[in-house]
Amino acid sequence: MTTTATWTRKHLLGLQELSREEIELVLETAKSFKEVSSRDVKKVPALRGKTVVTLFFEPSTRTRVSFELAAKRLSADTLNITASVSSTTKGETLLDTAKNIEAMSVDAMVVRHGTSGAPMILAEGLNCSVINAGDGCREHPTQALLDMFTLQEKFGRIEGLKVAIVGDILHSRVARSNIWGLTKLGAKVTVCGPATLMPRGIESMGVQVSYDIKDVIRNSDAIIALRLQKERQEAKFLPSMREYAQLFGINAVKLSEGKDGLIVMHPGPTNRGLELSAEVADGKQSVILDQVTNGVAVRMAVLYLVLGTKES
Amino acid sequence: MSAKIMDSDAIRRAVMRMAHEILEKAGPKDLALIGIRTRGVTLAERLRQAIKSIEGADVPSGILDITLYRDDLTLVGAKPLVRETLIDFDITGKRIVLVDDVFFTGRTIRAALDALTDFGRPAKIELAVLVDRGHRELPIRADFVGKNIPTSKEQNVKVVLGETDQAQDAVLVEEGRQ
Repeated sequence: MTTTATWTRKHLLGLQELSREEIELVLETAKSFKEVSSRDVKKVPALRGKTVVTLFFEPSTRTRVSFELAAKRLSADTLNITASVSSTTKGETLLDTAKNIEAMSVDAMVVRHGTSGAPMILAEGLNCSVINAGDGCREHPTQALLDMFTLQEKFGRIEGLKVAIVGDILHSRVARSNIWGLTKLGAKVTVCGPATLMPRGIESMGVQVSYDIKDVIRNSDAIIALRLQKERQEAKFLPSMREYAQLFGINAVKLSEGKDGLIVMHPGPTNRGLELSAEVADGKQSVILDQVTNGVAVRMAVLYLVLGTKES
Repeated sequence: MSAKIMDSDAIRRAVMRMAHEILEKAGPKDLALIGIRTRGVTLAERLRQAIKSIEGADVPSGILDITLYRDDLTLVGAKPLVRETLIDFDITGKRIVLVDDVFFTGRTIRAALDALTDFGRPAKIELAVLVDRGHRELPIRADFVGKNIPTSKEQNVKVVLGETDQAQDAVLVEEGRQ
């Protein structure tokens, strides 16, 4: 894959606004950064002197650690702020908190927030770069980029791949970002889940809808199982977790119907026995830990591209 | 306007001579070549082949991308494309010959030295370049030089190699830097 695109964006807010060429540039750049993490000295001086702050208003281990390691391996200084210790608990607004942090000469802010669009508000109000690490039910661009990177690595291409996204599509920012990205790169995307968790009109995003997990498994090259967000199920979208596991959970028996080379992905954290049986999560078709490894490389690529890009 | 300073025969002879010089100095023992992307990689491969034809020794070679070690990363607007570094042997204790096409300010070599020290501690690092055009901005010199070409700073030295450029080998000096 060769790409001639140049990166001119100061922020990464979502994959909806990115072109195919821009996505390919990130994936291509990430390939080089993956090598850095395999060295004895896992550090390059590319972002020396830059300061990256992670500002997380929702719990996260994987994404925050991944961003922090990515920044550190590029020699940037990092600082982590979580909601429980931030001044928003004292009534300060999100933008005020962010502006105060920025006033201490911060170059990039990595933001996760429960409200869709929160990173956009920050991008408009701040002078530093803003990277979306998940906003409400809208987008989680770096997760989708690392999923695409993993697919590219496993299959050598994305064009023409049949990718199924299974689970709570309604509340999933991972699903939305993946749909934007995968369809732009020419994959055929099918979404599958309970009717109550399927957004109305999702077909307009260029995906097929299925309610039959067995049929989906038989016809896919890769399956992205989504985490069932128990905290978002209070409104009784599901009769019971047990029923969900039986109808949409992926176990070894269901998976045995799939094609040779079918891979299973999950953005984590996994509810074992719910979306995936333990056997599948740890099985040889699972690439969950490859996704985590690739996440650092992809986030290094994003930080490298976004930081220092002058306002276009 | 451009003048051809070296043709394919001259380049071939220069590479062969440098291979002899590299071997003359310390033989093929612990020797390894590392090419700096893009054309340094091609030249390193040619040197490797020449060393093999002279001495029968297969010396390891690697590829170095110095983008992340550049000292002007914060000055340029759009970030330059980063390509993979591929060094699949341990450089510690080795005699490393860094290979590049044009030796100019010395900043690329400075970046390459920084990058190499992240991979290990070679016994020695030497530098082989096809063209030395002068105008150093750092106290760095080459150990093996294909040809010294005095230039003005405004001129542009272009190395064309069959493997990377799909054209006949040549070294050209162009007026007015692009």
